[in-house]
Amino acid sequence: MADFIIDETVDITDVVCPVTFVKAKVALEELDEGQILSIKLNDGEPVQNVPRSIKEEGHQILRLQDNSDGTYSLIVRKVGE
Amino acid sequence: MTFTNEQLERYSRHIILSEIGVKGQKKLLGAKVLIIGAGGLGAPAALYLAAAGVGTVGIADADEVDLSNLQRQVIHTTADVGRAKVESAAETMKEINPDVTVNTYRTFVDSSNIMGLISGYDFILDGTDNFPAKFLINDACVLAGKPFSHAGIIRFKGQLMTYVPGEGPCYRCVFEEPPPPDAVPTCRQAGVIGAMGGVIGSLQAMEAIKYIIGKGELLTGRLLTYDALKMEFRKITLPKRNSCAVCGINPTILMPFDYEQKECDLK
Repeated sequence: MADFIIDETVDITDVVCPVTFVKAKVALEELDEGQILSIKLNDGEPVQNVPRSIKEEGHQILRLQDNSDGTYSLIVRKVGE
Repeated sequence: MTFTNEQLERYSRHIILSEIGVKGQKKLLGAKVLIIGAGGLGAPAALYLAAAGVGTVGIADADEVDLSNLQRQVIHTTADVGRAKVESAAETMKEINPDVTVNTYRTFVDSSNIMGLISGYDFILDGTDNFPAKFLINDACVLAGKPFSHAGIIRFKGQLMTYVPGEGPCYRCVFEEPPPPDAVPTCRQAGVIGAMGGVIGSLQAMEAIKYIIGKGELLTGRLLTYDALKMEFRKITLPKRNSCAVCGINPTILMPFDYEQKECDLK
């Protein structure tokens, strides 16, 4: 069912806003255009805000998976250099 | 380099900005800025550059902290009176941000040492309070091909301009020579509102940061003047002068030199 290969993963469950987004942004900056990042994030505020902020930066959200343990995995394709 | 979680948190408000991001913050951490004068202008500039994570900040000043400095030189505290300004400034900067390396130069900057001082830096900030020093810094930066921020404050007024090699005029294009002694009072004689150093010194730090991250428009070829009483900012466009003695077509100033300073101004 996976129609993508994850190139890199980042865990942002150990930080709080706004460092959640910052950490995700840093991970994305280190990727090449088109590569795919899986971001592990907490339920609640992070899952409400981080996907939106990443979208605003122009990246493509591929999927938000519920890990059923209070965390989610956000799959993002990097857009732009 | 990889950012630690602490660094991500410290610089989060920078990294979030699309104009800075990780790349810009790394540029800041790799940058070297020299501040000449740890006074009214240099104090706020040094605080903001340290807080911003400019990796290396040099600070040159021969003076000690005087009680009359504290009305505007916000990097020093009452307990610092009598200490070398560069030591006091370096201590505050490192307390704000341990990522920053501070190089201190407890010396009068003159023609004999300025080329050596500026050589290791990417951007120079003129925070001095007298015309001989301002012309010296201009000439040295033009000769060494270094960008710098000129600024001056007096009473309720301030001004600044940015010089970038090959782009627009230098300070000497605008003001050919220092004014005759006593034509313009120093801020020691004339007074200055403390917050003026905060306004103009912070703008100098802003110019340095913009230069480092390579974003926005610098004050090259434009003199910004600020009149606090009228609450007026003006930007005056100034051309490069082909007859300029240091950056013109046939320069006559080929090495930095010192204008004479009046005895009373040296104290």
